[in-house]
Amino acid sequence: MTDLQSSMELLTRLNGLAAGLFLLTAFGMIAMRQVLACLNLFVWQSILLAASALILGFQHGSVHLFVVAAITLCTKSVLIPWLLARVVRQEAYARREISQVLNIPTSLLLGMALVILAYFASSALLVSSQDPFVRINLPVGTAGVFLGAYAVVVRREAVPQVIGLLAMENGSFLAGVCIAPDLPIIAELAAAFDVLIIALVMGLLTKRIRERTGMTAVGKLASLKED
Amino acid sequence: MELLPVLLVPALSALLCAAPIRGRLAPFSTVVGCLVVFFISIHVALTTITRGHVTAFPGWISCDSFGALVLLLVAFVGLTASIFSLGYIRGVLPQEREGKKRRYYARFNLFLLSMLAVPLLSHVALVWIAVELTTLLSVFLVSFEDTPEALEAAWKYVVLTCMGAALALLGILILYWGMKITGRGDFTWSGLIVASSEIPGPLLQTAFLFILVGFGTKVGLVPVHTWLPDAHSQAPSPVCALLSGIETTTVLYAIIRLLPTLQGPGGQGPGGWLMAAGLVSAGTAAFLLLQVKDYKRLFAFSTVEHMGIIIFAAGIGGTSAYYGASLQIVAHSVTKAFCFFAAGSTLLVVGRREIASVKGLVRTSKPAALALLVGGLAIAGAPPFAVFLGEFSILKAGIQSGQEIPTMALAAFIVIAFCGVMYHVNRMVFGSPEIEPARVRLPASVLVALGISAIPVFLLGGCVPGALEEMLRLAAASFGR
Repeated sequence: MTDLQSSMELLTRLNGLAAGLFLLTAFGMIAMRQVLACLNLFVWQSILLAASALILGFQHGSVHLFVVAAITLCTKSVLIPWLLARVVRQEAYARREISQVLNIPTSLLLGMALVILAYFASSALLVSSQDPFVRINLPVGTAGVFLGAYAVVVRREAVPQVIGLLAMENGSFLAGVCIAPDLPIIAELAAAFDVLIIALVMGLLTKRIRERTGMTAVGKLASLKED
Repeated sequence: MELLPVLLVPALSALLCAAPIRGRLAPFSTVVGCLVVFFISIHVALTTITRGHVTAFPGWISCDSFGALVLLLVAFVGLTASIFSLGYIRGVLPQEREGKKRRYYARFNLFLLSMLAVPLLSHVALVWIAVELTTLLSVFLVSFEDTPEALEAAWKYVVLTCMGAALALLGILILYWGMKITGRGDFTWSGLIVASSEIPGPLLQTAFLFILVGFGTKVGLVPVHTWLPDAHSQAPSPVCALLSGIETTTVLYAIIRLLPTLQGPGGQGPGGWLMAAGLVSAGTAAFLLLQVKDYKRLFAFSTVEHMGIIIFAAGIGGTSAYYGASLQIVAHSVTKAFCFFAAGSTLLVVGRREIASVKGLVRTSKPAALALLVGGLAIAGAPPFAVFLGEFSILKAGIQSGQEIPTMALAAFIVIAFCGVMYHVNRMVFGSPEIEPARVRLPASVLVALGISAIPVFLLGGCVPGALEEMLRLAAASFGR
């Protein structure tokens, strides 16, 4: 009995560690100016998401979550960086982003406000569950979604915007692995496929934009607007 | 087993289009495929009237009357857009760009496939994926013309709608969590309604809020509509008809499907929120309509306005408002598709998108001018067209249910939008050009597409056929519990 309890305790702590680091990477994506550093952080975030799925798999004893962890690792930390690197040339990666819409200290402060918002938004939902994993993953996942959305809004370069979008999905799935651990495998596979298509489509579009306009700062494309 | 061919036929045509064969295989297989899908859809729709629903795989693929209504709309607009594409694409693309033409038709079929999948899938997680795919498969159709503006529009489109989809995903996962807490049923639309009374209230409301904002981005609700006028004006005209006429409708369908789950016993229901969202959208769009300089943007803003009207009607609640909303869904889809075909014909004739550059269209091309005039009148809501009937029944339902002030505000916005649309259309159709332009003939396929898509615009304004009336009634019933 004590064995079971202590192993449960350990898993909870490990999951807490993974989720904490997940939140840190989400902040890192806002703070980084280098496009390549952003991508590396995204890879780490995906690995942490897979780790969380793995830990929950041990806790529930479910093979299903192991498969989810494997799918996440394959698509998000291997295939997507490879795809983006293939499609968008290295030059667009190595670029430093000089002008974010807001500067970084302001961004980090706003990011903290978003995390607090996410915490309150999800605390209303937590009344219906006592599961210690849900209590960690749901607020952190929601915060991941909000921080990703923030990154998309303030970034001007194309690749960081794509990474922001993918980070939003990561946030949703971090919440998802604990609140919907038995989602049908076909839905998980389709979602992974969908994320791949996002990376492919947006990568190709970035390439086309660079060919046509000679830049990848999509935030500066503003000819279509109301006068 | 009628449902599987609906998905297989466009997939097959997409494959045929992608095959590197010169000649007319790609356009031909697209039109034939659309025709087949349209006839199957009619069959499915008639079956749902008698049997209630058609099921291929229980819990995964099935279709009731509301789904069949949307399916029918997608199939009809898809068919007319494929015919319109024949002449339009030949007109805008040089003869030697065979590869680009084939890619266009392949993407057209894939985009249609994703939209046909939304009403057919009943597993909610898969519906989310289908909605996301409608964006991803249409991005390169939006950027088809490869100008910096088209690329900008495509980028805004994909970024904003994918952000919305990520928010909606969180909402859908929360809904799934709620289903699991009740411990019953499949995660389908009908399963959700059964389980909804046991799902904790905060869970349902939070999930709905996420999904409303997320999918609302794709429907074009203000203030997350900013991508819509860009994408809907830069894409080639047949694609605009798909985007504006039916893509918005299919996503709206996914939002409306959730409404009955929120109307549980003692629940407050989302009526007030929907009415507010609808009014803000319709109002903003009505004023933005007045100042447009580009005639395709004019019709794009009119889409935002109509989406607002439908959401408003869904918020009023009650049988007659729901009936008005489903009638308006049908009327908007067919009329907006017709409007974009008219705009596309104008573009073929004039070659420019600015309203100011089109004067006295009636002297250049009679069919284009007539189509633009009829389209403008029909979409602005003049009697005897379909949109008038829908708007009238919504306003009547609003007054009857005691929501006088918001309904009057909506009526005012409709009038403003009417004036805006007619002012611009009038200037384009009549007016006197500076130089006497040469007459331009439109391709036959464009005329055929205009003719076919005009039929329901006129027909539904006069009388709604019995079978369709029954479908609208059944669809309206699935807005509530």
